[in-house]
Amino acid sequence: MTPQLTELWVYLSASPLLGLTLTLMAYQAAFWLYRRTGFHPLANPVMLAIAMLATVLWLGDIDYRSYFDGAQFVHFLLGPATVALAIPLYTQWPRLKTMAGPLVIALVLGSLTAVLSAYAIGAMLGASHASLMSLAPKSVTTPIAMAVAEPLGGLPALAAALVMLTGVIGAVGAPYLYRWLRIGDHAIRGFAIGLAAHGIGTARAFQISEQAGAFAALAMGLNGLLTALSLPWIMPWLERLLGR
Amino acid sequence: MISALTLLLAFQLAGEVIARGLGLQVPGPVIGMALLFGALLLRGGPGEDLRQTADKLLQHLSLLFIPAGTGIVMYGELIAAEWVPLTAALLGSTFLAIGVTMLVLKALSKRPKTGQSIQP
Repeated sequence: MTPQLTELWVYLSASPLLGLTLTLMAYQAAFWLYRRTGFHPLANPVMLAIAMLATVLWLGDIDYRSYFDGAQFVHFLLGPATVALAIPLYTQWPRLKTMAGPLVIALVLGSLTAVLSAYAIGAMLGASHASLMSLAPKSVTTPIAMAVAEPLGGLPALAAALVMLTGVIGAVGAPYLYRWLRIGDHAIRGFAIGLAAHGIGTARAFQISEQAGAFAALAMGLNGLLTALSLPWIMPWLERLLGR
Repeated sequence: MISALTLLLAFQLAGEVIARGLGLQVPGPVIGMALLFGALLLRGGPGEDLRQTADKLLQHLSLLFIPAGTGIVMYGELIAAEWVPLTAALLGSTFLAIGVTMLVLKALSKRPKTGQSIQP
């Protein structure tokens, strides 16, 4: 690179403008591809955008922290967007009320399945204790997962990364499960993806319909609460039971 | 739009204050959502402005997860060290959790219509 270009690059890679613009461009490009493939599940825009950004950061030798200095303006909107979930919840309230009993049972069984199966598969394949405890809360939103994993002996940073991967896996895989298990009801589709794949799953559910989104938001919130309350005693109990 | 955004941020702020004040593990925005939901029940629904702003935000909810999701690049080594059990556990348990939740809900929400005739 010529000296001027190098100087420009030094300026840009340290400026919040670059991270913010890259994020919006990656999302638009990913969404364009998603639409071009006829909304193919494997062309999930969150997964594609993350892959594009990771490649750009790697090629441009940009530190994640300096990228996030710009991207945080987008990240910040997660707060008000989470509060805004109250509106679809309110709209779907009449249907939610009639399904209250089944939803609670599905919540408890789904949440236990997420935790126990992650532990069982990880333990069978020889994951370390720290990895198992970071895996256990992977289906809930990042701040809860990190807070729950740490006192159990997990690594908060690893827990955060596993939460993100879970969200992407859920968003990509759910459409195949809908078809395979023949689930047409948007309420059921939404509740399952929100429970297993938190916010990223909820974002995917809003692409199905407002009803799917509302049920996903409810499942995400309830599973976050349930996991925060139950994991601190389920995991030690499970380890004692298995004599680990 | 500005008044709706202000309202959303005010509820987030209230949620944040309650979460920190009481030392709760639940994130502030989630409490803010519960508060706003309660307010909507009391008031009988959102105004047009709030509904439209919420629609706009939630339509692009996917975008908002991209900055945090890109953080995976920092943990490549941690994941690479045990990638086989971690990948298998993530794939298996996420699909199982979605499947179990859907099958339970499907089984329970099917109301047997012949229920009364079975009664003695």
